[in-house]
Formats: sequence, structure tokens, C-alpha cells
Amino acid sequence: MRYAYYSGCTLHATAREFDLSTRAVCSRLGIELEEIPDWNCCGATAAHATSHLLSVALAARNLALAETQEADLLVPCAACYHRLVTARKEMSENPHLRERVVRIIGREYRGRIGVRSLLEVLDHLDPERLAAGVVRPLRGLKVACYYGCLLVRPPAVTGFDDPEQPQVMDRLMRQWGAEPVDWGYKTECCGAGQGFSNEPVVLKLVRDILATASRAGADCLVCACTLCQSNLDARQGHVNRVYGSDFRLPVMYFTQLIGVGMGMEARELGLDSLFVDPRPVIRALG
Amino acid sequence: MVPLNLNRAIKEGARFVRRLEAESGQKISDCNQCGKCTAGCPLGFAMDLMPNQVMHLIRVGLWAEVLESRTIWLCSHCAVCTTRCPRNIDLARVMDSLRITARREGRIGSERSIALFNEIFLDSVRRYGRAHEFGIGLRHNLLTRRPFKDSDLGRVWLRRGKLKLGTRKIKGAAEIDRIFSEVERTEDGR
Repeated sequence: MRYAYYSGCTLHATAREFDLSTRAVCSRLGIELEEIPDWNCCGATAAHATSHLLSVALAARNLALAETQEADLLVPCAACYHRLVTARKEMSENPHLRERVVRIIGREYRGRIGVRSLLEVLDHLDPERLAAGVVRPLRGLKVACYYGCLLVRPPAVTGFDDPEQPQVMDRLMRQWGAEPVDWGYKTECCGAGQGFSNEPVVLKLVRDILATASRAGADCLVCACTLCQSNLDARQGHVNRVYGSDFRLPVMYFTQLIGVGMGMEARELGLDSLFVDPRPVIRALG
Repeated sequence: MVPLNLNRAIKEGARFVRRLEAESGQKISDCNQCGKCTAGCPLGFAMDLMPNQVMHLIRVGLWAEVLESRTIWLCSHCAVCTTRCPRNIDLARVMDSLRITARREGRIGSERSIALFNEIFLDSVRRYGRAHEFGIGLRHNLLTRRPFKDSDLGRVWLRRGKLKLGTRKIKGAAEIDRIFSEVERTEDGR
């Protein structure tokens, strides 16, 4: 199984462990990742809030590059995934837009390849093949699966899980022996990029998410988006300072927990580079 | 909120709706004010206009109030509204179009910090082909006169080698700059 790999900007900086753990887990599962040569930023929220055409064009250059690799695109980060899958859909439904964008980027793009989120790809793997990889089941670990917004919404764009009560990550965690908790904030927004530009709003949203996960009895949160992870983990200290709370909930990428279940070392998965140290929770697994 | 000028509202309102519908591809008059968007909006607590009020004000011609609202910048494009709208209006897309229009017309209200962040972010992408997190954060801090915002986080990221101080352009950086120019040219030519 070969994919054109789109890692994205943050996976080479503040979310380095997402890239590290994605590569480690995929290599173990026989998923071949071929990095898109000279990929560019997907444009993120800044682009679509500024110019619709720009947001499609920036994503389209990556789609065009991946097309020369003749493989579907695989994207671990939910935010990048959302931009790429949106651009692909809009161009496939609107030939005029595609022509316009092709002219702007100066590259050929025929729309022949798909865009897949890593979670979606893992969900479609043969369960027996997945089960064979689990050497250290996450038995007894109570996880709050946090999907955020961009993985599942709007369903007309992403369309691989229920937008109100998604299950992909819960299923995966169960296969790994963990116990996903029932909670109501799976798809609540964390405030995304406003962590930088308007932090008070983000701290309120993050506080509510952490409090709900905590009340549901979660030992940790699992997520699939670099913005969610950084708001929930790095800003957890700010939440505690502003609200006088004492949250210490580790927030890991799903790839990190999968790696733990495969018997990989904390360092291989970047578990040592998060803000709230998840290692005590992992060690308690025995 | 500024005093309402009903003459202006009637005269220019219909024209604004037509332009917004073209930009967003959404039909504003489809909204029947059921309020589901507002009920589900996670940012509603901080907004000055609720999402359903945005739709209503646009419809009755009070678009200037909408363009200058905090709401259009606080919207995080989470798309709960889009997902739940029984009339299938992509309200998140309408919010995008409102931000685009507000910027184009120089009508950004009090939420300058968010609009500025977008500008700085895109400037980094245009220059290097990728988002340079350290540079974006630092520049935003300096321009909003809060030089030490998130410096506690920055120190940890730096210590762990996660933030790169230096910048590196992708090979196709000139191509990215050209994409920005072409988009601007295409949009100006409309």
C-alpha cells in the first residue's frame, strides 16, 4: 500500500511527534509513505478567510504534485486534510474552477487521485492485520477520543464518519485494548488558530473540553489535529492559571497511542516532547 | 452599533445580498431563522451578533453592521452551523465571504488581532512556501504589542528543538509567490 504523504508545516515544528509517530506506525503496518516532493502549506484558515480562489490554488499545487506520484494522498493532520479534501471536491464539481486554478498554478491537474485521512486508512485495514500488530494492549486505559471539527465536518466534504457522534477513533482505540469513554465534547471546537490571536476565547473552550473529559473518567485525550493538540496540551497550563483548575490530562495523537500498543519506545513516538507528560499514564499500563 | 440609516439599507441591501450570494454560492433568502446555527455555535458566547442574526441583518439590508461585527472574525469555521442547517446553507462559507468582503472594503471592526494573524500567516506562506511558526508568532506579538505572549510555550518548544529560528524556502517558493500574484490579478479583473 503506497501513498503520497502530505505532512504539513506544523508536523515539522511544534507537532513533530505527529510526523514521527505517523511514520513509525505506518512503516510497521506496511503502509508506504512517499513524501510529496517540495509540498507547500495548505493555506490553512488564513487562506480561506482571505480568498476562496487562493485557498483552492494553494491546496491544488499539492494535489497536482501528488498526482505525478500516481498515489492517493495521505494526510495525518485533520486541518490540512480538510483543506486538501475541500479543494479536491470543489474542483471535481466545478470544471470552470478547476480550469481557472490549473491556469493559476501552472501545473497539470486532472483530479485522478483521492485524499485520505490517516484515520480513515487505518479504519479500512484488515482488522486481523491490525490485531497482529498489538503486542502491548492498552488494557484499562480510559481515553477520551477528541475529533474536533475538521475531521468530520461538514459531512458533505469529509464524509467518512458520523458528524455528531463519530466512531473511527473509538473503534481503533478499542482494537488496541483501550476503553473509550462516553462523553459529549467529541466534536466541540477548541478555537483553533485563535490560541495565538484571541487566547481568552480558546481557554474557555479548552477548559470545557478538559472538564468534560475529566468528568467522564478519562486518563487522557486522543486527537488527530495539530491545532487541537496544541490548544489542549500546551495551553492546559494557561487554563489552570486563568481558571484556578488543576488539570493534568495528557493529550496524545492517536498515532502515538497506536505506537505504544505496538511496543514502541516513548522516544520513538515523541511522547517525551509533549507539555503534560503522558509517560506516567503509559507506565501504569504495565 | 452605529445608528441605523434605513434609506441606505434599502438602496444598497439588495446589491450586497447579490454580491454575497455570488461570492459564497449560498442563497441568503433560504434562511428561515430556525436558530439551529446559533444553538450549536461554540463561539456564540463571545459574539456580538448571533449567527442567525447575521443572516437576518444581511437580509434586511443592515450589512455594514455585520461587516464591522466581532462575530465574523470570532467564527472559527467549525461548521456546526453548516452541518445542522435544515435549509442546507453553508453558513461557515457565508462567514468566510463576509471576512473576505470586510477585508476588501477595509471594514475590519474591533477584532483586528485575528485578521492580522491571517495576514502574517499568509505573508509567511508567500515568502517561504510554508508557514514558519516562530516568525509568525513573533511578528504577531510585536504588531499587537504583546511581545511576551506565549513566551512560556515558546521556551519549551525551543528547548525541545521544535521551533526553528531560521527560515528555509521551498524550491518552488517563487512559484508560490506567482500563485498569490495570479490570484490577485484574477480577482481584481472581475
